[in-house]
Amino acid sequence: MNAKELAGARPGPAFTVTFDGREIDALPGQTVAAALWAAGVISWRRTRGAGRPRGVFCGIGVCFDCLVTVNGRPNQRACLVPVRPGDAIRTQEGTGHDG
Amino acid sequence: MADRPRLAVIGAGPAGLAAALAAAASGVRVTLVDSAPQAGGQFYRQPAAGLAARRSQAPHHHRRTWRRLRTGLDRQLAAGGVTHLADHHVWCVERHTDGFTVHALLGPAQEDGVTVDADAVVLATGGYEKVLPFPGWTLPGVVTAGGAQAMLKGGLVLPGRTVVVAGTGPLLLPVATGLAAAGARVAALVESADPKTLARHARVLSALPAKLAEGAGHAARLLRHRVPVLVGHVVVEAHGGERLDAVTVAALDAGGRVRPGTRRRIACGTLAVGHGMLPHTDLAATLGCRLDGVAVRVDDEQRTDVPGVWAAGEATGVGGADLALAEGHIAGRSAAARLTGRRSEARTWAAARSRAALRAFSAALDAVYAPPAHWAERITGDTLVCRCEEVPASAVRAAVGELGAGDVRTVKLLTRAGMGWCQGRMCAPAVAALAGCPPTPAGTPFARPVPLDVLAGQGPDARTGPPLDAPDGKDSHDD
Repeated sequence: MNAKELAGARPGPAFTVTFDGREIDALPGQTVAAALWAAGVISWRRTRGAGRPRGVFCGIGVCFDCLVTVNGRPNQRACLVPVRPGDAIRTQEGTGHDG
Repeated sequence: MADRPRLAVIGAGPAGLAAALAAAASGVRVTLVDSAPQAGGQFYRQPAAGLAARRSQAPHHHRRTWRRLRTGLDRQLAAGGVTHLADHHVWCVERHTDGFTVHALLGPAQEDGVTVDADAVVLATGGYEKVLPFPGWTLPGVVTAGGAQAMLKGGLVLPGRTVVVAGTGPLLLPVATGLAAAGARVAALVESADPKTLARHARVLSALPAKLAEGAGHAARLLRHRVPVLVGHVVVEAHGGERLDAVTVAALDAGGRVRPGTRRRIACGTLAVGHGMLPHTDLAATLGCRLDGVAVRVDDEQRTDVPGVWAAGEATGVGGADLALAEGHIAGRSAAARLTGRRSEARTWAAARSRAALRAFSAALDAVYAPPAHWAERITGDTLVCRCEEVPASAVRAAVGELGAGDVRTVKLLTRAGMGWCQGRMCAPAVAALAGCPPTPAGTPFARPVPLDVLAGQGPDARTGPPLDAPDGKDSHDD
């Protein structure tokens, strides 16, 4: 049993987004964080101080650890932002304004 | 219809839904303002609409209550008694001579502002999970227990195949059983308290047999999924380089110290960890509501000490969904009575009796599931306390020991702990413990970051005149 079977989910067809240029599948309704988790990706940010990897921590929009760059816009909370077909998701380095 | 009094309810979780339905049933026009795309809050979080799920994963009795609330809300939405503003992130509630203005940011991008006017307000802002730091807690793969549950409920995804659930509190049970039912291997449930001490509160427990049955149901599911349960144990360290690959757990002695020779390593890709909950009090504090410790102070009718402002649910002290439903119902009825000029007779309501029993129950849980003594001593110097500003425990200890800081605010000024994106929500309990002072709410003027052009549009001229000449660029908040 997986989560989708447990909930009896019948989502529409999967679509493709990219994470650091690599194609991954996403489902309608998922957040950016959920799509990345489903693809086995759990870190997508490097801290601006020590450059340490981070991903989801609180999962509900409180902690800001899951910040990510989506379609060129940095500092998006991956756990809140819905994923859209064709999104270009990139690992965020530091403040996201460095390069 | 247009002259009916207007009540703004902030938050569409159990407390907010109960308040909105009770007030609307009494003839008040309700605007339910909530940040999520769908009603339900964290407790009744449903799979995202696009995932087209047919089954709720909640246990039966929660499902029944959710259906009752959902049906009630749908009826009121259709009848015009309640307006639901989803995807509205409230950053401030302003009190003025004519009533209240609720300021919100729209959608996940939260770049555009909107205001809602009301004659009275119910704050049902809920809470968030408390996580106490330990070495390795910033590694990818370490998530809050509630966060793992939220991602599972809302996105139907798991954080990894092998999970350890750890910390303290009643939330850990449904998180472990939920992850196991969804196909994760739960390698251990690590609870620092000993739930057997709940037996000391037999009188309180026997008043709420449904709560006991719920706990027993979770225990049976843990057994069925063969989840090993370690009580009186803690995670002392999370290991990994780029991501979590194992945790070390150890047994505690009666005094809360690690028992020598009990450390052992458990391989896992995910650690779901939590140590209870903290109330969201930013909006209440900005309005000037008095707080008791970290929770909003309310009277028998859930009124704050600011006229026209009620509060209900976790914001007034963490006690779970059933208590939130009772408090929300009382707040909604009380607010409606005041707004329509009727007597409230709150003491005669059935919800007031269940509120008393549920509060006694949550007090018993608090006594059993307190974090173990000496937990702060296990934070090593290089453990980051403030995740946003990357402040290690050694810097906080130096601020306290060498520079004389004796409170969270001074530590913040000396170290930047609590000055980052989350404004101290994640680090406040640890900073307070390391400073040796009681935890206090973050006390931020706004409940979330606000773009400068939205703030610029909220000046004294904004309500009466046309908006200021708004700049086209929307990315000022990113800099």
